[in-house]
Amino acid sequence: MNNLTYRTFKDKLFFYLICTLASLTVVPLFAIIWELIQKGYKQINWSFFTETAPSTLDAMLARSTGDIIPGGIANGILGTLLMVIIAAIIAIPTGILVGIHLSEHPKTKFSNITRFITDLIQGSPSIVIGIIAYTWVVKPLGSYSAFAGSVSLAIMMLPLIVRSTEETLKMLPGSLKEAGLALGASYTSVVLKILLPSAFGGLFTGILLAISRVMGETAPLMLTALGSTAINWDVLEPSSAVPLLIWEFYNDPNLIDMIWSSSLFLLLLVLTLNLIAKRIARKWKIQ
Amino acid sequence: MKEEMINIQDPILQLKDVSISYSPGKNAVKNIYADIAKNKITAIMGPSGCGKSTLLRAINRMHELYPDIKIMGEILLDGKNILKMNPMEVRRMAGMVFQRPNPFPTMSIFDNVIAGYKLNGISLSKSEKEEIVERCLTNVGLWNEVKDSLYKKGTFLSGGQQQRLCIARALALKPDVLLMDEPTSALDPIATNRIEELLLDLKQEFTIVIVTHNMSQAARISDYSMFMYLGELVEYDTTQTMFTNPKDKRTNEYLSGQFG
Ligand SMILES: Nc1ncnc2c1ncn2[C@@H]1O[C@H](COP(=O)(O)OP(=O)(O)O)[C@@H](O)[C@H]1O
Ligand SMILES: [Mg+2]
Repeated sequence: MNNLTYRTFKDKLFFYLICTLASLTVVPLFAIIWELIQKGYKQINWSFFTETAPSTLDAMLARSTGDIIPGGIANGILGTLLMVIIAAIIAIPTGILVGIHLSEHPKTKFSNITRFITDLIQGSPSIVIGIIAYTWVVKPLGSYSAFAGSVSLAIMMLPLIVRSTEETLKMLPGSLKEAGLALGASYTSVVLKILLPSAFGGLFTGILLAISRVMGETAPLMLTALGSTAINWDVLEPSSAVPLLIWEFYNDPNLIDMIWSSSLFLLLLVLTLNLIAKRIARKWKIQ
Repeated sequence: MKEEMINIQDPILQLKDVSISYSPGKNAVKNIYADIAKNKITAIMGPSGCGKSTLLRAINRMHELYPDIKIMGEILLDGKNILKMNPMEVRRMAGMVFQRPNPFPTMSIFDNVIAGYKLNGISLSKSEKEEIVERCLTNVGLWNEVKDSLYKKGTFLSGGQQQRLCIARALALKPDVLLMDEPTSALDPIATNRIEELLLDLKQEFTIVIVTHNMSQAARISDYSMFMYLGELVEYDTTQTMFTNPKDKRTNEYLSGQFG
């Protein structure tokens, strides 16, 4: 009897312990979001998306009259979009092809080495990726550029795309491939017209997660894209990016208010991408 | 057992000394000689693991999926040795229906039927497509059930309907033979019954080779029956003779339910 009450008590204690610890992790999360919204929402207006980052002088003047800081982060948004798009163009086809290879020939030496390298890249600190892109692209081309930034982001996206492609394709039933081949289809058309479309949900989710993962990367861009105060469409020129701007704002006491709005924007963007990815993953789940 | 056990006039498919091994020195199918009659249903029976699927899959070269497999002997389809042909061409001549219904999940019912053409890059006019889809779905008795939902996904159909869709998909390419590997073993009795009736209709137009471990199914629908045991073709005869007067002791034991 006594034993039973003791066990019930233990169960309860354990339950409350879990609840406490869980809320300990949730509380700071909401606190962060709350703080960002509170301090950042004022800055987010039309010019936030259309104008370049303000100069220290403009910001100082605005602060002295108690106005909100003029200008926006258009140069950063454009830079981020450009670099992420180019990175995606490099990483998606490459990653999917490598993923197909890994799932179709899982046990070859080549596959094992590839898998090891993808793990290695995935585990590398992003600053190291930045250094690699610096030596591969910035040095040979002789200047910092958006393209160099894209290369570093592409390298970071690759392992995620490779692995999600491999995992999704592996989950497809073997009967699908058999059914296609039994109709006289070539191996290529079975992969392109049956396996890839069937794996679409998983691939798309992987791609979105990879994009949202690199969208906030700062370190590799410092060594590659460098930053720019102007809106820049030329991918061979240095370019700004939202996380780079946040870093610059942090270093300038007059611009400190811009940190909150930029961070809020970046957070919402990444969060949205994540939520979409989750939704798609659920909707396209393989039966 | 050098010669065919039964004399078939005008065979469409001929197996001549066919042996198949998955790994060197171990034959899963051993020295099979058999002729298969045109526009008839031939059943392959035998206990699980005796090599039925292995033999059937050799006929449309599905073996290429396994790296170490070796096929010896000759398999003649319409007089041509398919082991020397391009596998893709062979597979179009010998359609296959699998144990579990496997419609393509991303394609509509309509697209599933013409999938063979799409995958092979053969372009069809809209009216040709519609003609094929209607004819093949009618052939498998599915037309009236799905004609209003042709553009829905094939995976929403019931298991039996899915299997009939897969048969329609195989028929669409007008194969010379239709190979079926236990096509009803994943279906309920009513769906099984429908497919059996369907096969009896289809043999007007097609030659059917069906693997089944269900003896009564073989008795109900097949014209000829093979009995395989441990990779050997033990007995091959008209279904009637096989079930009423089996010659081999092992066939008799199998048919009376003593193993398998
Ligand atoms: N992919 C494979 N690799 C190696 N051995 C196999 C493979 N498939 C089947 N076998 C072996 O071949 C023999 C015949 O199998 P199978 O043709 O599937 O029999 P059945 O269809 O009559 O049940 C069995 O002994 C089985 O273990
Ligand atoms: Mg089998």
